[in-house]
Amino acid sequence: MRLAVENLIVDRGARRIVDGLSFTVEAGEALVLVGPNGAGKTTVIRTVAGLIGAAGGTIALEGGDAERELPAQAHYIGHLNALKPSLTVEENLRFWAEYLGAGTQASIDEALLAFDLEPLAMIPAGYLSAGQKRRACLARLIATPRPLWLLDEPTVSLDAASVRLLANCVGQHLEGGGLVLAATHIPLGLASERRLEIGVRSAAA
Amino acid sequence: MTPSDVTSQQSLTQRLANPTRFMQLSGTLMPWLAGAAAALILYALYLAFFVAPEDYQQGQTVKIMFIHVPAAWLAMMGYALIAISSFGYLVFRHPLADVSAKAAAPIGAAFTFLALATGSLWGKPMWGTYWVWDARLTSMLILLFLYFGLIALRSAVEDEALAGKLCAVLGLVGVTILPIIKFSVDWWNTLHQPASVIRMDGPTIHPDLLWPLLVSAIGFSLLFFALHAKGMRNEILRRRLRSLTIAEVDRARGASAAAAAG
Amino acid sequence: MSAFWTLLKRDLLLQVREGGAVGTALGFYLVVVTMMPLGLGPDLNLLSRIAPGVLWIALLLSALLSLPRIFEADDEDGSLEVIATGDLPLELATAAKALAHWISTGIPLALLAPVLGLLLNLELSAYPVLVATMFAGTPAISFLGAVGAALTLRVRRGGLLLALLVLPLYIPTLIFGIAAISAATGGPSGVQASFLILSAISLFSLVLGPVAAAAAIRFQTQ
Repeated sequence: MRLAVENLIVDRGARRIVDGLSFTVEAGEALVLVGPNGAGKTTVIRTVAGLIGAAGGTIALEGGDAERELPAQAHYIGHLNALKPSLTVEENLRFWAEYLGAGTQASIDEALLAFDLEPLAMIPAGYLSAGQKRRACLARLIATPRPLWLLDEPTVSLDAASVRLLANCVGQHLEGGGLVLAATHIPLGLASERRLEIGVRSAAA
Repeated sequence: MTPSDVTSQQSLTQRLANPTRFMQLSGTLMPWLAGAAAALILYALYLAFFVAPEDYQQGQTVKIMFIHVPAAWLAMMGYALIAISSFGYLVFRHPLADVSAKAAAPIGAAFTFLALATGSLWGKPMWGTYWVWDARLTSMLILLFLYFGLIALRSAVEDEALAGKLCAVLGLVGVTILPIIKFSVDWWNTLHQPASVIRMDGPTIHPDLLWPLLVSAIGFSLLFFALHAKGMRNEILRRRLRSLTIAEVDRARGASAAAAAG
Repeated sequence: MSAFWTLLKRDLLLQVREGGAVGTALGFYLVVVTMMPLGLGPDLNLLSRIAPGVLWIALLLSALLSLPRIFEADDEDGSLEVIATGDLPLELATAAKALAHWISTGIPLALLAPVLGLLLNLELSAYPVLVATMFAGTPAISFLGAVGAALTLRVRRGGLLLALLVLPLYIPTLIFGIAAISAATGGPSGVQASFLILSAISLFSLVLGPVAAAAAIRFQTQ
């Protein structure tokens, strides 16, 4: 499986944020987008997730499920956690597992375990700290298996131990032939990590 | 093949859809359109006041019709124009369709208001009141609300491209609902006021009245198109100015970045 | 389709857990209807004549209060974006949310209406028709309301704009809802015709609403 982005062009309002970006992510590979603020890292990830329409270029998941759209084969972790404060951690996770498909009790338990959420499973998400909420959000990645992970600053408000939990999950996902496209300031310390510098403007622009 | 051959093979709409070409063409046509509108409306007014006979029932007030009826037609045509433009913008993504929809809304609202205002002035001597909840009046009032909704939505959304798309969705929702509203209001009127059905069309129109009415209708239609073209030209110029301003800001930022780097 | 039911179930569960919105709408309905006799005087004949209209208009206004919440909460916490990456088409997701709104707000309001009818001295023969028309008509309120809620999702102070956009679209529902009730109390036309048209309007909005709402949401999350 291979994510191929070719000659991607994205406009926001009257500005061109991404101009002719091309890259590929191979199976078992993590591509980390780096660049200054406003370089378009979030825009690229959101465009691949289908949340932004591209003005030009192609995005394809080669060797993926031809029956399903690309966004339906990807997990999108954005800046917001998509948790309901009045539902417990487990209820939140179960909803996403069932909504996004293929969620079973076993996979939900596995996800709770992977992000050390078992003690918090029965607590409404509204009571959690910022880092705990982030972990509850990331647990979605495990509860529903999907080949492509789109992670936009996944480590926000995570402590060092939680970052290690995330790095483990990402590592296992890659070993299983998964793909990761991420924008992060904190290195996840992965073996097969490739960095792509974007948004470096030519001097005159 | 020479470039002129290529342009001649394009359809009229394709050629018009190019903003630059639209600016050229509308610039040439504007004076003629506006001039013809003014001449026809003046001629219609002359016919109305000096040629058309007084109605045996309605007296001088019948002359309100020469403004009222064209205004009512154009109020509905304006919404049809918005619906077509909305469709064009959503399906073909052409910015000029959005410009057209945006320019048509206030003009359509103005004609709707004109139709309602002249109608109520007509109504006072005819029905003894400025307003009756007649089906036709009610549905025109609702049309005015739909126009207000479009204008309000556009001014409420800051991102202009987004505002255009949302207004297009609302414009199309409105056009599917409009016949239902019209039909329901007709029904409602017959239900509640079966005894006092008001016939606005009155007796069959005499040719002496019909002719000034047609002249007036054509004149006001030309006025509508002239205003619409002018509105579109203003909007295109405003958008060009905005992109120039953005380019200016970008250049300033690039210069300061270069200075910081140097 | 299981994703559809999952989303519907979650929205209903959230309504139960968080409450508030339904209670506010019901309370508002009660207060508005109570204002009518206070404003118009306690003439029972007058009240029973205007009762169907008052009950319908007050119901529309009460439902309007709860419309912004259809998409707002999911937009604020990022759920809407994750919903958009699901297998379920966004049109069906918006339909599920509008359906949840109908079940959690439309049905309680329709059930409260006959109770409020007592306050207005509504004729006894009108009660079954009142409840039936409200059940047939309120889906249009939720599904057309969803369009307005989606259009004004990211608009500051969108509530007022929402009312301006949506209330004209409710006019057919209002007219045929009232027509059916007055027919039941001796009006000029049959109950059945009004009731069928009311149902047709609801079915039509069931299709139009989710499609337009999904388009509006797509444009705004982009």
